[in-house]
Amino acid sequence: MTLDINEKIDVKEILKDLENYRPKRRGWVWRQKVEGLKMGPFTYKNCSKPLVNSIPLPSAKYFGDIDPQPEHTITTEIASGRFEDDIRRMRMAAWHGADHIMVIRTAGQSHFDGLIEGTPQGIGGIPITRKQVRAQRKALDLIEEEVGRPINYHSYVSGVAGPDIAVMFAEEGVNGAHQDPQYNVLYRNINMVRSFVDAAESKKIMVWADIAQIDGAHNANATAREAWKVMPELMVQHALNSIFSVKIGMKKSNICLSTVPPTAPPAPNIHIDLPYAVALRDLFSEYKMRAQMNTKYMESSTREATVTHVLNLMISKLTSADIQSTITPDEGRNVPWHMYNVEACDTAKQALVGMDALMEMLELKKDGVLAEKVRELKERAVLFMEEILETGGYFKAVEDGFFVDSGYYPERNGDGIARKSEGGVGSGAIFERSEDYLAPVTAHFGYNNVSQYDPSAVNNPSKLIGGCTFEVPEKIIFIDELDETDNVNVRMEETKELRDTTKIKPEVEWLGDGVVQMDLFLSTSRRVAEYAALEIGKKMGLSDVEVIHKEIMHPSEGTRIQLKGKVEFTIDTKDLEIPPEPDIMSEEEVRADIEAKPMRIVAGTVGEDEHSVGLREIIDIKHGGIEKYGIECNYLGTSVPLEKLVDAAIEINADAILISTIISHDELHYKNMKKIHELCIEKGIRDKMIIVSGGTQVIPEMALKTGVDAGFGRGTKGINVATFLVKKRRELINEN
Amino acid sequence: MKRADDFQKRREHLIDLTDEQLKERFWQLASQMVEPLIDLATKNTTPSIERSVLLRMGFSSLEAKGLVEGVMDRGLMGKGAGHVVYILAKERNISIRDAGLALLEDNLWNEVLAIFEGGNKV
Repeated sequence: MTLDINEKIDVKEILKDLENYRPKRRGWVWRQKVEGLKMGPFTYKNCSKPLVNSIPLPSAKYFGDIDPQPEHTITTEIASGRFEDDIRRMRMAAWHGADHIMVIRTAGQSHFDGLIEGTPQGIGGIPITRKQVRAQRKALDLIEEEVGRPINYHSYVSGVAGPDIAVMFAEEGVNGAHQDPQYNVLYRNINMVRSFVDAAESKKIMVWADIAQIDGAHNANATAREAWKVMPELMVQHALNSIFSVKIGMKKSNICLSTVPPTAPPAPNIHIDLPYAVALRDLFSEYKMRAQMNTKYMESSTREATVTHVLNLMISKLTSADIQSTITPDEGRNVPWHMYNVEACDTAKQALVGMDALMEMLELKKDGVLAEKVRELKERAVLFMEEILETGGYFKAVEDGFFVDSGYYPERNGDGIARKSEGGVGSGAIFERSEDYLAPVTAHFGYNNVSQYDPSAVNNPSKLIGGCTFEVPEKIIFIDELDETDNVNVRMEETKELRDTTKIKPEVEWLGDGVVQMDLFLSTSRRVAEYAALEIGKKMGLSDVEVIHKEIMHPSEGTRIQLKGKVEFTIDTKDLEIPPEPDIMSEEEVRADIEAKPMRIVAGTVGEDEHSVGLREIIDIKHGGIEKYGIECNYLGTSVPLEKLVDAAIEINADAILISTIISHDELHYKNMKKIHELCIEKGIRDKMIIVSGGTQVIPEMALKTGVDAGFGRGTKGINVATFLVKKRRELINEN
Repeated sequence: MKRADDFQKRREHLIDLTDEQLKERFWQLASQMVEPLIDLATKNTTPSIERSVLLRMGFSSLEAKGLVEGVMDRGLMGKGAGHVVYILAKERNISIRDAGLALLEDNLWNEVLAIFEGGNKV
């Protein structure tokens, strides 16, 4: 199976024969850096191997459609609750530069004692099951071929079933995972002893599968009341998980610190965030940085979120980042929508490429306020650990509420998260291994008495059973579905019409969800605007109308509202009458043609007509008119008699006459076209003169019937006319 | 606990350390902090670890869950759930899967208990 760019990905095809699918590789893959990458007119210092297929930034059209890819891995988080629709979004994100796709788990999975199977719908994420993981990895195996770059697939190895999930991930070719026992302890109230014992096994499995690990320290940012005050503790949390992982056997280059600039404007955030970023990278110089964007202070404004995220990207650039994660700008108001995943990927690409080679020109100061703050943060972190050890160690410190206290350590506010080492989910389920304890499998951590059965298998315990699933994947047992009513087949049947026919419906996250978003300005106060907007939405025929964003322009003059609602109808694309796309040459091609053989035109609004806006838009350089390509334009003004235009054209030896005919009363516009065509014949110049007419009421086919060479109606741009002129002139040259 | 910021006082013993020495101290403390946790992980096991062992031995998640519950009920967790299945397969000269499936059908537990001399309920 391969993907065709012109065809949608066939989810049914992905699901076919899934029980026998094996991922084509395992392990994390970094981007291939290209030193001195040349693209278009530029040379880049911090970019990576370009993609085979991608969507460049909108402005790329001014630079030969180049799409330079930063050297950082770019993450996007996708999990709408329906993995089958997420697959389509993954493909779109990959085309916009994402090569690390992170799948958020459904609410409550961390307390589920075992693996979930099948394809039930999720809430705020998807249930991570073998079937969903395998289907998505299979889809990504195809998508990465299409874009021409490996894609890392990622989810969570946490909760009370961490080791179960780690095994499944290793078997299914998952490439990255969050793994941090502190997350279980602090935020999921899972028993702390259990969390660390489980984590050791999970990490050992991840080592075998070469899965890159991301820790969970950044959650303290999101939880603490004043996020910037937990900076010393964050470094302690990173250190704890990192060194624990190293002692299990994980290589440092697979250990990624999840770090978020803690503040956002209107705080002077760079001044606070930069010293922290520097201190962290100093202390953890051998580890990788996964720079995440700030979510703590996100509101419903996508613009505000984007600006904060760009400032976060600047911190990454001023210091370093190996993985640049993105937060969708709509996360402050809903579970992310398709287009906002794409926007977030583009924001990262745009900012990082824009700041390419920045550090060739800048250097962070080694003294002064930056250095002082960096030192202070490190010292506070060291003091934090000293006190943990004085108190009696990590577990005792957690019991005493050391963590996520909003005081700037050593200051303490007494509002930290405290957990009991005997309490929490999964407590009382820790068993001491006896002397003859055995686990005859690969990648098992801790005491394992293999030699009692076969001393030669000590370094390869699965030899006892002829290899485990890691060596013999045929041993993996695949469960398809467990729930007859909550599964992908039922959901796809419901949306069958939209999958198998030419009918379409708007959507933001699920196929045919019908959701549309509208932007309104209402000249009234915020609260009145909100309720007026709801009524407007209803009158427009939307259901489930909801205001998702409101912004005061002025307390009484007006409010900006963003609204969402659902439409119930579908459109059948086969019934649409779609005119062929206008034939447009590239700007470079037009320019080159004019440069090689200069072109001159005369133009004017004809008849008793004082309108000039339309024609000026086609001609003027500042409106993107044909002057821009080097065409010499002689504009004769408004109400120009036809004879005058023709005489002027003869006098300056013009290639073309452009007439603007706005007034259409009594078909006057077509009559004028016919007249100028005849006038040129009379003067003996018609065979070498191009006549172009335009106007808002002009229908191109009708214009041609009058004898002119082309008619242009509403929506015409300079490039349309320039393309025509160049092509027509080539034709004339060939004829003559 | 509430406490004012006494950083200036607490840091006195750190002032004279170079940045490099401070970094060394940071990592030395971190290492010290996790040693007991590593020790715990070496010596103990949990239901999810044992399920993960059984998954690797070729059982489905549902089978692994059932087997571990059976092993816990009989006080055999300290032996390792994979061990229980392994030893039964070895004694009976049957496949690992057949041994596990027999236990899931509630057969042969007595044989296992006999081998381990009654187990050790925790």
